[in-house]
Amino acid sequence: MCAAVNFNISYWGGMSVDQSLLLEMYRRMGLIRHFDEAVQKLFNSGRIPGSAHLSIGQEGEVVGACMALREDDYMVGNHRSHGHPIGKGAGVNALMAEILGKATGVNQGKGGSMHLADFSVGSLGESSIVGSGLPVAVGAALGSQMQGNDRVTLCFFGDGASNQGYFHEAMNMAALWKLPVVFLCENNGYGVTTPNNRAAALEDISARAAGYGTPSSIVDGQQCLEVYDAVTEAVERARRGDGPTLVEAKTYRYHHHSEGPLYDNMTYRSDEELAAWKLRDPLLLFREQLADSVAVADLDRMDEQVKQDIAAALEFAEQSPLPEPEEAYTHLYRTPVAVNEGELSNG
Amino acid sequence: MANVTFLEAVAQAQREEMARDESVFLMGEDVSGNVYGSSGGLLDEFGPQRVLDTPICESGFTGVAIGAAMVGMRPIVDYTIASFMYLATDQLVSMAAKSSYMYGGQTHIPAVFRAAMFYNGGIAAQHSDRNYSMYMNVPGLKVVVPSNPYDAKGLLKTAIRDEDPVLIFEDGNLWGQKGEIPDEEYLLPFGQANICHAGSDVTIVAIAARVGESIKAAEALAKEGISAEVIDPRTLVPLDTATILESVAKTGRLLLVDQGHRTCGAAGEIAAMVAEKGFWNLQAPIKRLTAPDMQIPFSSALERGFYPDAAMIALAARELFEE
Repeated sequence: MCAAVNFNISYWGGMSVDQSLLLEMYRRMGLIRHFDEAVQKLFNSGRIPGSAHLSIGQEGEVVGACMALREDDYMVGNHRSHGHPIGKGAGVNALMAEILGKATGVNQGKGGSMHLADFSVGSLGESSIVGSGLPVAVGAALGSQMQGNDRVTLCFFGDGASNQGYFHEAMNMAALWKLPVVFLCENNGYGVTTPNNRAAALEDISARAAGYGTPSSIVDGQQCLEVYDAVTEAVERARRGDGPTLVEAKTYRYHHHSEGPLYDNMTYRSDEELAAWKLRDPLLLFREQLADSVAVADLDRMDEQVKQDIAAALEFAEQSPLPEPEEAYTHLYRTPVAVNEGELSNG
Repeated sequence: MANVTFLEAVAQAQREEMARDESVFLMGEDVSGNVYGSSGGLLDEFGPQRVLDTPICESGFTGVAIGAAMVGMRPIVDYTIASFMYLATDQLVSMAAKSSYMYGGQTHIPAVFRAAMFYNGGIAAQHSDRNYSMYMNVPGLKVVVPSNPYDAKGLLKTAIRDEDPVLIFEDGNLWGQKGEIPDEEYLLPFGQANICHAGSDVTIVAIAARVGESIKAAEALAKEGISAEVIDPRTLVPLDTATILESVAKTGRLLLVDQGHRTCGAAGEIAAMVAEKGFWNLQAPIKRLTAPDMQIPFSSALERGFYPDAAMIALAARELFEE
């Protein structure tokens, strides 16, 4: 970790941000990028069963939103679950071990790629049922309000999830009860292969907030600091008891919905479109922004550190043991009951 | 001892647990108004946040309960009518039942979901579900089916203190039924069946309001010299298989009485369990009495006869002694 240099700088947004915070943002964005590049390699070599949904291209909005939170705030995510907990501050070792189904995984090998939730950093679950995290986030916020603490819950959801009934129900209850929740729509333009304009009548999901009397904004999801500013304002509103905010981050995923050959020859988006978004890579944009305030050598050192951290996470995951088969029968209940384990027959 | 209705017993359990633990709260449609009678006085005592009226959005407010439970609250969700749970089933199955397991024990969902079954009352197909069996098929949920005021209170208090999601199916036909409950506090453990009527010739396992009908049948059978043992499982998940198997080992005959539908129902599950583990003790084929695999009609002329009553149960028990 690079030494924190605690002087204030100004950037285009006009807000003073501690330089160590900028470096931490840069570090977490880099961790997500390198983590997912490593996952892609593992997947392509057949090491990961099932599916993998990568956050590459969306690191700016993930980190910008998460860094606007306090450590003890809550965050709820979705199936594209690798970036969110890293953004919230989770260690990458247990996440990588989970990807490989190891006993040391954050979920002890029971959740896998779509459910990388690290509750120790307030990451309350990454659900792969699209939209289902929305009311859960509202519930966490209700809990905070009832307990009289000032914790805020951040809820990531996609443009696809905004078409689920859950979105309406969650927005309505959060507004009705003035709950401390920030809804962060990661609008990456597509639900699997269906473009948003074929799934919703309105282009901007944020426009729907007016129907609940909830403030909203649209931000450039490729600009980490723009997201950070908008979510910081939303978090402050939530913390002082003024209720929810909807922030829509326009972003893009550089990979398909998930890894694997399923989408290889799909033409739902053009090469030109992808290339244009890659010119607006959130890591490159952020590095350019930092050029005036952070020494290039510091950024390079951070890049090197991130690569080492991911290499160490891979090493940790590879060296970790697989769970014992009997572990398949634990964690179903917290208050134990006799469970019918079935009788397996192999003939 | 006090003589109270089933619903008063439920109300007592809720009030006592809310007074004991400030993380316990009640939520659902119209709960503050005490429409059905299980939340009377709670609004005055605990205020509108702990007696939380929700919009009509079962899937959403079930998710809210789950999120609140994740951060240390203990919600009691009142669905009023069990048929409305279908709207919430994604949250019950995908989140409540799976979160502890899927996240490797990092979290758990201490929430109670109360649902009343109103059948045999002319409210037709969409309001008459007796759907506990569906949720028995979901690992991670616990399924409770109280049959009298004493059990309703003791099991609900246990459910509220349980660390896992518990579904309580209350038989609306029993809500007005009175029973004795002790003045002092008590809880009833999950997974312990109640032998409601001891006997030695035939075992009758009955669920919810079928328990009372089966006891009546057992009393009638006794006059004919047939000694029937009536077992109320109290909880279907976990199921007290030992008590049922011990009874069958003694009687050699098993009759299952269930107001739910027949296919993949609770009766079928218990029958399969006994067929696997108690087959050599059986002296006659296992028999099920259930509602038919048919939607519930509106007219009482049509619905009458769908649910096994004492006469039907006694008749079926006698048939187990025919060669």
